[in-house]
Amino acid sequence: MTDSLQFTPLDTWHRQAGAKMVPFAGYEMPIQYSSIVTEHHACRNSAALFDVSHMGRLRFDGDGSELLLDRLLTRRVSDLKLGRVRYGLICNDEGGILDDVLVSNLETPSQRRFHLMVVNASNRQKIIDWITPILDDFPTVTMSDRTPLTAMIAVQGPKAIDVCKRLFKFDPSRLKYYQAAITDQFAKPAIISRTGYTGEDGFELVVRAEEATRVWENLMLVGRDEGFVAAGLGARDTLRMEAAMPLYGHELNETIDPITAGLSFACTLENHSFIGEEAIRKVAADGPAQVRIGLLPEGKRPAREGSDVLTAEGQKIGTVTSGGPSPTLGHPIAMAYVDAQHAALSNYQIDIRGKVVAAKPTALPFYRRPAAAS
Amino acid sequence: MSRDPSQLLYAETHEWADLVTDADQSIATVGISAFAIEQLNDLVYMDLPEVGKAVVAGEEFGEVESVKAVSPLYSPVTGEVIEVHADLPDQLDQLNDDPYNFGWILKVKLADNDGRDRLMDHAAYEKQCADAG
Repeated sequence: MTDSLQFTPLDTWHRQAGAKMVPFAGYEMPIQYSSIVTEHHACRNSAALFDVSHMGRLRFDGDGSELLLDRLLTRRVSDLKLGRVRYGLICNDEGGILDDVLVSNLETPSQRRFHLMVVNASNRQKIIDWITPILDDFPTVTMSDRTPLTAMIAVQGPKAIDVCKRLFKFDPSRLKYYQAAITDQFAKPAIISRTGYTGEDGFELVVRAEEATRVWENLMLVGRDEGFVAAGLGARDTLRMEAAMPLYGHELNETIDPITAGLSFACTLENHSFIGEEAIRKVAADGPAQVRIGLLPEGKRPAREGSDVLTAEGQKIGTVTSGGPSPTLGHPIAMAYVDAQHAALSNYQIDIRGKVVAAKPTALPFYRRPAAAS
Repeated sequence: MSRDPSQLLYAETHEWADLVTDADQSIATVGISAFAIEQLNDLVYMDLPEVGKAVVAGEEFGEVESVKAVSPLYSPVTGEVIEVHADLPDQLDQLNDDPYNFGWILKVKLADNDGRDRLMDHAAYEKQCADAG
């Protein structure tokens, strides 16, 4: 498999910066440059740049795109206004999650409307294969995979917007949370959206592949005095865990439905027909068999994915899906699925590779940024 | 006295052993190498055995965890644990700075067949790290 690994347009920059590179979802990706904890704190206190070019970018053009997306997604897209972004899930007929995605409704400078869907790197081909036969019912819609032609950069942290105001002609503070726009800021069209996966304010940029290094270096240069750093997948994971954002392959998979995952907000069940609707409606009506909860294991030892969650009496009632130390909070955190009838206990235990430790339930997210920026 | 890394013996799995023999017994002080600590990065937890426990060369005696992953610790020697560095798990950041002195983990009273023939000297270990690096 290693011979088929792909490289992002920022690969050379990463290597020159001394990043530790690892294979991830078919790409060679930076896991860290200096230390995961340092990069994590930089994101919470200033801002961090993440190369997320491995994520899939699928563009939908043509009349009826929104109807196709309505059918694919658990949320309606046909009422998504221009310049808005929406989180939703693509499910199979059984309601199992094939992917969680962001869809933006955008317009080119020549006023052509299109939708951009950002999918998880590891699911890109699966989602393309899933959609391709459905496209037959929408002859006026074309789907194009923009991933190889573009790069995607996430700038996340409390200082992201202010610094980028200085750098960009386009004022990114014009965008509210979950809004997006196309700008010719970088001489070539770029998509800016006020979205992210760290629990911080910030945005994600889609630029042409050949522009990626220049944009990245400009961001690093202008943000340097404010403490911007490059951050790898390691910090991205600890940050999203603190923000309790589900990760595909951990909290989400094809055997988990959106209600069980705690994502009922991402399902429009009124006046909306979509693949998996019937199954999801049934879970919503009956209540899910399992519930996603947050746990704080006692002591310093992190509970990792796969650890058994037990009642105080030692009965196995669930499994940890993500767990590790929280650099911001200074103690371990864990997300787990537990049987619904045990979702409100005041004491749990976790079997961490043979050693049982007490764990307290806690509301999610573990971390919320102090005050939302404008 | 400061321990000199060039005088220590090393396991393939990156633990070091400082072997000292006096009249009646042989003791090994055991730790993990600077190379291993750098590879692990951001240590958050260490699990140590109890005093009195037997350890076997090449077998796991504890765990060290970084932000990202759990790594087993393997004993470079065979014998009985006679002392553990109990303060170390609370001061893992200091392990980065001084892996060969402050960073000692265990003292082991060596068995007759102590497994030291499996260990390599500093030059051989450096070569292994360079090849891996």
